[in-house]
Amino acid sequence: MTTVASFSIDYVQHLSPEGQLVGDKAPPIATDFEQLKKLYELMVLTRVFDAKAIALQRTGKLGTYASSLGHEAVHVGMGAAMKYEDVFAPMYREYGTQFYRGVKMSEVLLYWGGDERGSNFSGPKHDFPWCVPIATQNLHAAGAAMTFKLRGQERAAVTVIGDGGSSKGDFLEAINAAGAFKLPLVLVIVNNQWAISVPRKKQSGGQTLAQKGIAAGLPSIQVDGNDLIAVHAVMDEALKRARSGGGATVVEAITYRLSDHTTADDASRYRPQEEVENARRFEPISRLRKYLMSNNQWSAQQENQLLKDCAAKVDAAVEEYLSTPKPAVTDMFDYMFAELPHDLAEQRQYALEMENNG
Amino acid sequence: MAKITLVEAVTMALAHELEHDPDVVILGEDVGINGGVFRATAGLAQRFGEDRVIDTPLAETMIAGMTVGMATQGMKPVAEAQFMGFIYPMVDHVISHAGRFRNRTRGRMHCPLVIRAPYGGGIHAPEHHSESTEAMFAHMPGVRVVIPSSPSRAYGLLLAAIRNPDPVIFLEPKRIYRLHKEEVEDDGEELPLDMCFVLREGKDVTLVTWGAMTKETLEATDKLAEQGISAEVIDVATISPLDMDTIYESVAKTGRCVIVQEAPKNCGVGAEIAANLADSQGLYSLQAPVKRVAGYDTVMPLFRLEKKYMPSVDRIIKAVNETLEVS
Ligand SMILES: Cc1ncc(C[n+]2csc(CCOP(=O)(O)OP(=O)(O)O)c2C)c(N)n1
Ligand SMILES: [Mg+2]
Repeated sequence: MTTVASFSIDYVQHLSPEGQLVGDKAPPIATDFEQLKKLYELMVLTRVFDAKAIALQRTGKLGTYASSLGHEAVHVGMGAAMKYEDVFAPMYREYGTQFYRGVKMSEVLLYWGGDERGSNFSGPKHDFPWCVPIATQNLHAAGAAMTFKLRGQERAAVTVIGDGGSSKGDFLEAINAAGAFKLPLVLVIVNNQWAISVPRKKQSGGQTLAQKGIAAGLPSIQVDGNDLIAVHAVMDEALKRARSGGGATVVEAITYRLSDHTTADDASRYRPQEEVENARRFEPISRLRKYLMSNNQWSAQQENQLLKDCAAKVDAAVEEYLSTPKPAVTDMFDYMFAELPHDLAEQRQYALEMENNG
Repeated sequence: MAKITLVEAVTMALAHELEHDPDVVILGEDVGINGGVFRATAGLAQRFGEDRVIDTPLAETMIAGMTVGMATQGMKPVAEAQFMGFIYPMVDHVISHAGRFRNRTRGRMHCPLVIRAPYGGGIHAPEHHSESTEAMFAHMPGVRVVIPSSPSRAYGLLLAAIRNPDPVIFLEPKRIYRLHKEEVEDDGEELPLDMCFVLREGKDVTLVTWGAMTKETLEATDKLAEQGISAEVIDVATISPLDMDTIYESVAKTGRCVIVQEAPKNCGVGAEIAANLADSQGLYSLQAPVKRVAGYDTVMPLFRLEKKYMPSVDRIIKAVNETLEVS
């Protein structure tokens, strides 16, 4: 008997939960404090936004909302490693990435507020909007990557999937395509341990989710998803490889969903509170803050000021969202086709009449 | 006897079959300890164990394909699609296999399976959580499509669906999951599939509907009664195969028919009912053209506009009045 294949999965962490650099090869961003502070501020803004969005939902001013609490490092880290011309194909909670790429907070609120205009967002016009049917976005990203490859462009696509979603055929087909076509693609599995009420261990018998990429012939790696520095470093390397013709990468970012799945969920029904409390000790924001503070790059005073600034920015976004006039009834017809077909034109007219008489 | 909601009636029927038939198993995403995102399987994993109420990986194609495989081996799997919007990866196995095994093997194998899915709009949900695509399944040979519209019908029809030896797509109108409570006895009595239910008797016009639209249709009926118009209301319940006889009989009496469906109008179940009226003796009963009140042929809008998409009481009354104007 001979061994014809063997594999191992590396786990990357640069910042310990106590905020100390670990290991010997710290990436350049670890000492780029101006950039780190910028990213820290965005992580905090994302969290302040998140709390506000939940509050809006609780008071009936927003629909169901998917929280990003605890995912700030992986989301912001992905965004910061990307270039504007790269394409992002998210699932539904990666606000930190999207804010980095120029999507406005008011647009996120419009989307969850039941208004399509949220998906016509600021930021790169080539980015995909939120995607609800799980894992379908992974194949769209593969298609975008195929486009870059066929056109000889130095661009890459980044797409996200959850631990739950990594069980879906579409995800597995996307990584397979990425290996078969050597696509400029980075597939990020955000493993937050839960898919609504289903724990990670029920999704797959594999030791890691990253190793699914090995089967597709892709470099595959695990990263501490609560460590901004590690996420950024791993994404940076994968993206450079993708843009320069080296093919795709699977990144499994280990993090934890500190919130309910969405505001429609009640996680206390299925997961012990102690588990959540324990996970809080590893959360990404305080870790980065400790690192910045221990390097004299951040102070309690700056923290206070930041929180005030974030609250003001979020309030302004909420104001913008709440003062957006309702869409017209005709909006549901007007974006269906390049040209309105005759049957829809009739229905549009009828809808207008019902609107005016009713 | 306690009064229960439609979704509680679903749970009660599932529990009844788990209790009485060891071949019945439930599978789906979050159906276990969590009891389903709508609580339709609440308490069942705790009561019957995780081998009978199975939380699956997040993979609808897998759920449907395994359900077909289990059914061919004599199990009676009841799978849940978390929302109808996520049923599409299952469609391959429904159209390519579930509806064909009996015919393909000349009866050697068959698929006594049920796929349940909550469907329909009006609950302020995100994208893909509000559509009504029942007609797609009605178009598939070898598959029954059943839609309850009250707690008692949810209980009786789900029992019948699970016991039925062929595949049933069981669509639950989630907008009325908790709207009304009704006394439903847990007596294991099923209701007949392939039959309409006459919810109101009337003589001036026949209103044909199913699912959550029974609510608006009955409200419209009350308002029409105030105007002196007597409407008969038919809940189709099994949308495939259609029980046209009940509809013919009603139209023979009223001479007029308005069909109310939440789904887009184009090629909907309403079109099939209207076509049946047109190509049968039903045509000679009609004193006015059949009218359809339906969703628009657009993407179901996100919830800021969803109310304007869905047929309203006013739209139903308008259609009835137009029908009555034809003499
Ligand atoms: C195809 C499909 N099936 C089911 C759902 C319903 N659903 C929404 S989120 C979710 C769990 C997702 O878990 P995971 O992939 O781990 O991502 P997370 O939400 O934890 O970030 C489910 C089952 C869906 N949106 N799409
Ligand atoms: Mg998850």
